[in-house]
Amino acid sequence: MGKLASLAEALLTPHGMDRYLELVDPMLVRRDLRGVVTAVRRQTTDTVTLTLRPSRAWRGFTAGQYVRLTVDIDGVRRTRCYSPTGSQHHDGLELTVKADPQGLVSRHLHTHARPGLVLGLSQPDGTFTLPHPRPERLVLISGGSGITPVLSMLRTLADEGHDGEVVFLHYANSADDVLHRDELAALERPNLRVVLGYTDDGEYFSLEHLKTAAPWYDTAESYLCGPKQLMDPVRELYAAEGLSERLHTEEFTPPELTFDTGSATGQVRFAHSGREVENSGRPLLEQAETAGLRPEHGCRMGICFSCTQVKTRGTVRNAKSGELLSEENEEIQLCISVPVGDVEINC
Amino acid sequence: MTGLQDRLTPAQIEEFGREMDAIRRRIVADLGAQDVDYIQNVIKTQRGLEVAGRALMYFPPAWPAAVTALAVSKILDNMEIGHNVMHGQYDWTRDPALSSQKFEWDNVAPAENWRHSHNYVHHTYTNILDKDRDIGYGILRIDPAQKWHPYYLGNPVYATLLAFIFQWGVMLHDLEFDRIVRGERTWADTKDVRGKMLRKAARQVGKDYVLFPLLTGPLAPLTFAGNATANLARNLWAFSIIFCGHFPADVESFTEEETENESRGQWYLRQILGSANITGGKLFHIMSGNLSHQIEHHLFPDIPARRYPQIAAEVRAICEKYGLPYNTGPLHKQLFSVAKKLVKLALPPTPQRESEEPSTLGAEPKAA
Repeated sequence: MGKLASLAEALLTPHGMDRYLELVDPMLVRRDLRGVVTAVRRQTTDTVTLTLRPSRAWRGFTAGQYVRLTVDIDGVRRTRCYSPTGSQHHDGLELTVKADPQGLVSRHLHTHARPGLVLGLSQPDGTFTLPHPRPERLVLISGGSGITPVLSMLRTLADEGHDGEVVFLHYANSADDVLHRDELAALERPNLRVVLGYTDDGEYFSLEHLKTAAPWYDTAESYLCGPKQLMDPVRELYAAEGLSERLHTEEFTPPELTFDTGSATGQVRFAHSGREVENSGRPLLEQAETAGLRPEHGCRMGICFSCTQVKTRGTVRNAKSGELLSEENEEIQLCISVPVGDVEINC
Repeated sequence: MTGLQDRLTPAQIEEFGREMDAIRRRIVADLGAQDVDYIQNVIKTQRGLEVAGRALMYFPPAWPAAVTALAVSKILDNMEIGHNVMHGQYDWTRDPALSSQKFEWDNVAPAENWRHSHNYVHHTYTNILDKDRDIGYGILRIDPAQKWHPYYLGNPVYATLLAFIFQWGVMLHDLEFDRIVRGERTWADTKDVRGKMLRKAARQVGKDYVLFPLLTGPLAPLTFAGNATANLARNLWAFSIIFCGHFPADVESFTEEETENESRGQWYLRQILGSANITGGKLFHIMSGNLSHQIEHHLFPDIPARRYPQIAAEVRAICEKYGLPYNTGPLHKQLFSVAKKLVKLALPPTPQRESEEPSTLGAEPKAA
């Protein structure tokens, strides 16, 4: 079979087999990764939950990871990251997308997703995953649509018959806004508790809350994903208790980045295209786009690494961490890297 | 010396540049699903023709149909798809299959080498002598400003040979063989480029002249001949379209001095003076990759080629307004003009012959 496939590739050079197979059926591709929507569910007014069947190249994911989902909108491919919500032990992929009023892709999916739609997929990525062997005690904390990677962990643990203590602490505006509420209820068992807090009722994360839900939290491994308003107090509390090492986090809202555009100096050269612009002090991705280039990118917030390119010369500042990167030929994320003086990028 | 910079007044050239920029902005703002649908349809047609061509080789009576399907497939692949995709015309779609950096065409010239010699060298230095390596491709005398040498007596013969093996010519163009002969470049400098050529050529030759013929068993010689004919047809067609885009009479060339510190408007002007169009119907334009609109292509190399016919009338009207030539004509007329030039420039220059040439190097009588 392998020999036959390489013969076919040789015959179909230079375009390769996928470029022919996809004309018959977009899901027949062998190397490219795609997913066909098999079911669409709208749990709340502003979310859509898609069930996808990935194409042949899919290697499966680990609970807590994310995939890059690609959709064509008016001729342009748009890519965003989403965490699967299902158990890693199930075939297929379940994604819940919250329609952000400003979000091009999420609104498009919310309005247009229907069974049969074929979307682009990436192999999963991300290190926000449970260790092996599974910790005896686990606290999972999430807020809003940050529930997605954590729910996947929870369902995976349930599938594995994990018999340690697990507490899932989730915050939503109100009961109606809790995604996957029915599934959560179905997962409950003596050693697995789901505790919901509604911020409309003033129930924000607090030490009290944590102590009541999981009195043993200081001997557990904790996993956290949600908006900044939740992540900041949780991080502070764990730091105060000396438990930061036991807190594992995943960001899904853009970090607040600051740019000093006033004192920007130097020239930015995009070596591949030969374009050169004056450093505006904005992230390199924006500067490249202003220069008329269209580098590949995804989240625009330093999470997905779609925009990674090689910096051949100069120093950039990572706007998320403040770190200065000045080695030659090192890979940087264009969307969160700001040039410090002259910089050359190989794009 | 009257040159490029004296064609229009500084105020005119600025206004002219603004008008061109405005066309570009309008088209770029309008790009969308219709452009993607169009190129996807062309791709579907091309892949379909390729499969049909390969399959029809199994039925000897259908040999002419097989060759036609394969030749049309190769022409579409190279011209309306490959050339245009590799210019970055569809990069805005962010579809990796339409990415200028990733696309590879059905041609022995590796995409990566070609992107350098064509997209960068030719499109940046269009018709600047000693900088644009597409002027005569280092083997032909196609512009009176090129110094005559007895070698050029063979001009029409070299051009004819080049037409037959055009894809190999495009491939070898990147070796810059003439510069190696002159000692400006060493054989070792070309190692990287040669490696890419060898790998690409091996794959192309392997499929057209080994694998597909073998797969047809006893029909192998016929398949071999069919594939060779399809490649030949593509070569002759591509050569004709490309030569008509740059080498008919009245197309001008420029010196490095003339183009120093060029403004945006002057760059546009040079593209217009250095290119020529071919008139024809819709199918003809598609088969030529819309390079029949070479003028529009040179003005806006990275906007989808299907847009060129839409803006051609406007570009022409602007040219008329500024008293600029807009070189166009039917294929036979442009081909004849190229052939005449190839023969004339083969011979050593005489005062009469050179003065007949209206083009080049400030030969324009309009004094500043």
